Amino acid sequence: MDKISGSQAIIRCLQEEGVKIIFGFPGGAVIDLYDALMDSDITNVLVRHEQGAVHAADGLARVTGEVGVALLTSGPGATNGVTAIATAYMDSIPMVILTGQVPTPLIGNDAFQEVDIVGITRPCTKHNYLVKDSKDLVPTLREAFHIARTGRPGPVLVDLPKDVVAKMIDFPEKKPIRMQNYQPNYDPHPGQIEKACKKIIKAKNPVLYVGGGVILSNANEELTELARKLNIPVTMTLMGLGGFPGSDPLSMGMLGMHGSYAANMAVANSDLLIAVGARFDDRVTGRLDAFAPHATIIHIDIDPTSISKNVKVDIPIVADCKQALIAMNTWFNTASDFNRERVAASHEPWRETINEWNSKHPMGYHSEGEIIKPQFVIEKLDELTGGDAIITTEVGQNQMWAAQFYKFNKPRCLATSGGLGTMGYGLPAAIGAKMAFPDKIVIDVAGDGSIQMNIQELATARQYNCPVKVAILNNNYLGMVRQWQELFYNKRYAGTVMEVTPDFVKLAEAYGAVGLRATKTSEVEAVIKEALATDNTVIMDFTIAREECVFPMVPAGKATTEMLLV
Amino acid sequence: MKHTISVLLQNKPGVLSRVTGLFSGRGFNIESLSVAETMEPSISCLTLVTRGDESIIEQITKQLHKLIDVIKVTDVGDSEYVEREMVLIRVKAEAQTRAEVLRVIDIFRGKVVDVSPKSYAVEVTGSASKVQAIIDILKPIGIQEIVRTGTIAMARASKK
Ligand SMILES: Cc1ncc(C[n+]2csc(CCOP(=O)(O)OP(=O)(O)O)c2C)c(N)n1
Ligand SMILES: [Mg+2]
Repeated sequence: MDKISGSQAIIRCLQEEGVKIIFGFPGGAVIDLYDALMDSDITNVLVRHEQGAVHAADGLARVTGEVGVALLTSGPGATNGVTAIATAYMDSIPMVILTGQVPTPLIGNDAFQEVDIVGITRPCTKHNYLVKDSKDLVPTLREAFHIARTGRPGPVLVDLPKDVVAKMIDFPEKKPIRMQNYQPNYDPHPGQIEKACKKIIKAKNPVLYVGGGVILSNANEELTELARKLNIPVTMTLMGLGGFPGSDPLSMGMLGMHGSYAANMAVANSDLLIAVGARFDDRVTGRLDAFAPHATIIHIDIDPTSISKNVKVDIPIVADCKQALIAMNTWFNTASDFNRERVAASHEPWRETINEWNSKHPMGYHSEGEIIKPQFVIEKLDELTGGDAIITTEVGQNQMWAAQFYKFNKPRCLATSGGLGTMGYGLPAAIGAKMAFPDKIVIDVAGDGSIQMNIQELATARQYNCPVKVAILNNNYLGMVRQWQELFYNKRYAGTVMEVTPDFVKLAEAYGAVGLRATKTSEVEAVIKEALATDNTVIMDFTIAREECVFPMVPAGKATTEMLLV
Repeated sequence: MKHTISVLLQNKPGVLSRVTGLFSGRGFNIESLSVAETMEPSISCLTLVTRGDESIIEQITKQLHKLIDVIKVTDVGDSEYVEREMVLIRVKAEAQTRAEVLRVIDIFRGKVVDVSPKSYAVEVTGSASKVQAIIDILKPIGIQEIVRTGTIAMARASKK
């Protein structure tokens, strides 16, 4: 067989793995790779900042479930990507990040644009590699994809010295990957499944607590089947939204710091908590000893380290969420000594209690005439997109309002930075999502602060005819931090007032996009309709009630029942 | 509680820093750590001694196992095991104390490995507590320098 260059081999590997789009930004160390990329059918999206490249690949990965790929140059290119790599790591997003590196003889010499990116990203990647020998290129890349997409997914970085990718090599044949030291366990232990199912039958006040794992393992249908079969109320984490239909009567919406009153009360009063692909994050649990204090806890997770990390688990099930839920559903479908109708009916009083909590304190807000309420904007977005858009978010109040008021009925329709809470995530992620699904409406729900962190990606959206919509909930504040200052720091707004904010309408126009503005409630609908009808990138600038707060709110360190309410 | 954990890992550059980075990043403590090749040159064995309650040790072993380059993690304390540590001690040995030092070394089955007019360098092997014991005894005589290897451990073969 003819020899090909290392960079051609890498591109061929990407094709083998089914990669159609990669996001990147070039530099001296990756010119060879870019050169090889030009001859392939892979779309090469040139972003305006490396953070944008990695977030875009992440957005694509979240909405498709495929491995997102980004290509960055050495040194500053690689370090610019770090925040976005950490973002993907915290949310277990499958990605492969290729970084250029200085030639191997120069490594360690403080060469121009040299940085130890493998060292820097060790704690924020699932795994990473420095390839020192050209013959290892292809096997390493294949292993990287394998690790990224299997088990608990995550970003894998491969550092590629310039001389290593320039060498001519034979392209090795693809063989099944076997790693002695990495064999994630997908199948649940039947004994544990049986134990869990028997507990579920006996429970009076069960709650399904659903996290991002359900979405990552495509287990939403199995979960929905289980919940409906046994009439079990469901609450979701931010990452789990869409894992169960938000409009279903069994849905209590999100739980935790900004979760619904009903969801937090239900968890606090439950006698059985069934955690599926969730990790008992502090934003969910609040004060740990007051979290689900009366409940037996079943925890399904593919990552053993998640189990009993924060909360002691009674019945651990280390497995893929989908496989575990299939096994549970099968158990319930075939068990003889159990009457489905009776068990489902026995949960009715519990559901009534939850409905009472819900009518006492529903998710809501106070209208103020023509002053635009951010929650109203989200409700309108939900209504006018038929709940069928892909929503990405920035971070802060905007993110929480999107999570609270958009009804996510399907999985992979929300891309938001949960674990790391990265401002600047939403716009590039929206571009990645839109590139993956050009026919879908993709909206970045943004804050005036966050949007400025990666606003340069408007140019990327324009260059690739990527008509994403940005809805800025403009309060002229770093609103979420201001909210904490209002509630817990005597309204001392230190460092949270945006004294200079660009005119977002003009800014959109400067990029050749469309800018629209609404300053009154009565204008909101028309602006959204126009944005949706426009075949171009659009910024909608909504001037919202400036000091609106996100409620309910569980103050940090408090029990989740100690909610501040609307 | 003190735990001795033995970890088999790929003998590759950077692997040790994955382990130590895990400990520092997650706030676990390392009391001692030693690492060297096994019979299989592509695999290293790392022995570390750490402290923590049951849930911390559980997290430590799970987190270690999660590292891609880690092949096997054993809490050697879960079964019968032997542990050894070696120490080199340079102790003052002048006319009036030389005999006393030699007597102590003998009791601990140690060896003198270097002699100078004013000091001995002593090698002692044993459990961490035995090593600590000789240090404590020699201290009043005058220890000038100590180098310890950290604990290494091996499970006992089953008697059956
Ligand atoms: C990169 C980054 N820096 C700082 C923060 C801390 N932070 C969290 S929310 C927030 C305010 C965000 O302001 P804005 O985007 O206007 O959103 P709002 O809360 O006003 O809706 C800040 C500064 C963060 N999450 N990410
Ligand atoms: Mg704001």
